[in-house]
Amino acid sequence: MTAAAMPDPRPRSGPLLAVSNLCVEFPTRHGTLRAVHDVSFEIAPGEVLGVVGESGAGKSLTGAAVIGLIDPPGRIAGGEVRLDGRRIDNLPYETMRRIRGRQIGAVFQDPLTSLNPLYTIGRQLVETVRTHLPIAPAAARDRAIALLEEVGIPAAARRIDQYPHQFSGGMRQRVVIALALAASPKLIIADEPTTALDVSIQAQIIQLLKRLCRDHGTSVMLVTHDMGVIAETADRVAVMYAGRIVEVGPVADVIHRPAHPYTVGLMGSIPSIVEERERLTQIDGTMPRLDAIPKGCAFHPRCARAVERCRSDRPDLLAVGATRAACWLARG
Amino acid sequence: MADPLLQLTDVARTFDVSSPWLNRVLERKPRALLNAVDGVSLSIGRGETLGLVGESGCGKSTVARLIVGLHEPTRGTIRFDGVALTGVGATDGVDYRNARRGMQMIFQDPYASLNPRWRVADVIAEPIRALAPRTTKAEIDSRVAALLAQVGLAAADGIKYPHQFSGGQRQRISIARALSTQPRFLVCDEPTSALDVSVQAQVLNLMRDLQRRLGLTYLFISHNLAVVHHIADRVGVMYLGRIAELAPTRRLFGAPQHPYTRMLLAAVPDLAMSGRARTAVAGEVPNPLDPPTGCAFHPRCPYAADRCQREVPALKPARVGGEVACHAVDESRLESV
Repeated sequence: MTAAAMPDPRPRSGPLLAVSNLCVEFPTRHGTLRAVHDVSFEIAPGEVLGVVGESGAGKSLTGAAVIGLIDPPGRIAGGEVRLDGRRIDNLPYETMRRIRGRQIGAVFQDPLTSLNPLYTIGRQLVETVRTHLPIAPAAARDRAIALLEEVGIPAAARRIDQYPHQFSGGMRQRVVIALALAASPKLIIADEPTTALDVSIQAQIIQLLKRLCRDHGTSVMLVTHDMGVIAETADRVAVMYAGRIVEVGPVADVIHRPAHPYTVGLMGSIPSIVEERERLTQIDGTMPRLDAIPKGCAFHPRCARAVERCRSDRPDLLAVGATRAACWLARG
Repeated sequence: MADPLLQLTDVARTFDVSSPWLNRVLERKPRALLNAVDGVSLSIGRGETLGLVGESGCGKSTVARLIVGLHEPTRGTIRFDGVALTGVGATDGVDYRNARRGMQMIFQDPYASLNPRWRVADVIAEPIRALAPRTTKAEIDSRVAALLAQVGLAAADGIKYPHQFSGGQRQRISIARALSTQPRFLVCDEPTSALDVSVQAQVLNLMRDLQRRLGLTYLFISHNLAVVHHIADRVGVMYLGRIAELAPTRRLFGAPQHPYTRMLLAAVPDLAMSGRARTAVAGEVPNPLDPPTGCAFHPRCPYAADRCQREVPALKPARVGGEVACHAVDESRLESV
C-alpha cells in the first residue's frame, strides 16, 4: 500500500451502505413522475455492486440519491440511505457536503466535464485533499502526487502541474479516480466510468478500479449499461427496469441463470465475440415512459410469458434460486 | 474477389488542420497535416457484410464518408459496381449518378440525422424526390407506406414528427430513408452505438432480415467488436488510418494474427468469461498528427523489433487466411494462436 492509502482499522459489522425503499420523484406540470420506486439494496464493505439497466431505468438517479446529488425539483420522496449505520439522506446540505468526498467518492462518465478546465489537476487534487483532511499544503501536494502515481499516471510529479486538456481521455479518467480516492472514502459511486472510453482504455480503467478496491477495501456502486463491464468487475448485480430493481444476485447467477424474463431477454440481446448466433434475442417494444408505467408488473406488455396476474398485481422481489427476482412466473 | 461491388485501392485522405495563416507566420509554425486515412485497399463482395472496427480516431468513419462522397479522397480510386467514382478514370455522367444512387448511408445518431421539423413521411420521401423528381405523389405515398412497413413501423406513423419516436424507432426511420432509393449498398456508420442493448438487438435483427430479403451489401462500421462479430462476414481492423488486419470473421476472432487485433480482443469484456483475469493492455493510441515511424503500432507492441520502427508493413496474405500488416507475423516471429 502506498503513502496515499489511509487504512481504516475499525472493524465493521453489517453492510456499509443500506438503501431501503428509496423513492425519487420529479414534480412536473403534468403530475409527479416517480423515477425510482421502492429500491432497496445493501453493499458490504469491500464489495462491488453493479447496477445495470437501459436508459431511463433509474440507475443513475439511484446513485445520485445515495450521494445526495439529485437536482431540484427532483427529490427523495421516501425511504432511507444509511452509511455505516448512520442515516445520510436527510442531512443538512453542509453536513452532506462533508460526507461527499470524505466518505463517498464519485466517478462520472465524462472525465472532461468532471474536471475544471481552468485549474491544474494538482490544484484540484490539493483542494480536495485539504477540504477533507487536516494537512498542510506541502503534504497535500505530496499526497496528490502519490495518488496520481497510484492511479498509473507516468511522471506524476511533472504532470501534476498540467491542465486537464493536456491529458488524454483515459488519463483524465485516471485523474478523476484519483480525485475520488483523495480522502480515502469507504464507498465510491462510479456512474458509467468507462462508457466514454475506447475498449483498450476501458480495460485499463476496469483493472485499475478493481485493484484499488482490493488494496483499500473500498466498496463500489458501479452504475453502467454495459453488462460486460459488470461481468468483469462486480460481485453482485442489481438489474433495474422502469425505476425498480427486477432482479438482484451474485453476478455469475444473474448472467448465466437469470430468473426474470427481462434479465433473460437482456442477456440474450447482447452480441458475443465467442458465440455465433443467427439472431439475437429480441425484446419487442421499449421501456415505458415514466408517466405511463403499466399497472401490475411494468414489464408485462413486453413479456412473452405474461399471464393475467402480471397485468393486475405487481410482484415483489423474492428469492428464486441464488438470485432474487420480481416476477410471478419465476416463483413457479 | 472476382467481381466486387465496391473496391477501394490505396485510398487516402489528408486533412489540413494547420493554425490560421497569421498564427503560422507569427509563431513560425509549420502546416499541420493529418493523415486520417492512409492508403486503405479493400473490396466488398455482393451481398456481403464487411465490418470495420477500430478505436476513436483510427479513420473508420472517414472511410465511410469517402465512399459515399462526403469527402474527396486525396489519392486512390474508389470503384462501385465497375464504375470509378474517384481517381483514375472517374466519370461524372449517367453511370456516375446511377452508381451514387446505388449507395446510401445510415448515421450513428438518430436524434441528429432526422430533420426535427419534417414529418417522417417527408424525411423518407426526400431521397425519392431528389433522385426521381418525376415520381407522382400517389406513387411516393405508396412507396413511403411500404418502406415504413418494411422496417416494422405503421404507415400511419408517416404523419408524425421524429420527436414522437424512441431512439430505436428513429433508427428504423433512418433505415427506411436509406432504402427509399432502392440502393444495393448501405454504409452504416455506428448505426447502433446510440441505442440500448435490447433496442440494438432489434435493429441488428432488422438489418439482417433486410439484407436477406433485398440482397443488400453492407459496410458496417463500429467500435463494438461483439456487434461486428455478430453482423459481419469479413472484418477489417483499422489503426491510425491503415488496415492492420482484414479477414473472414471466424478467422479474425478465432485466430487473430496482428498484435493489435489480439490486444483488442483481449480487452473486450465478455459475459461468458465472468471473473477471468484480463490481459494487461498498455499505452494509448498515439497522436495522429505525430504518428510513430514505421508500423504505427510499434510503441505499444510487445513484439516490436528494429524493422517495425523503420518500415511500414504492407498488408500481405496470412498463412491462416485473410491479410495482415505486421512484420512480426510476416517473419513468423509470432507464435500462431
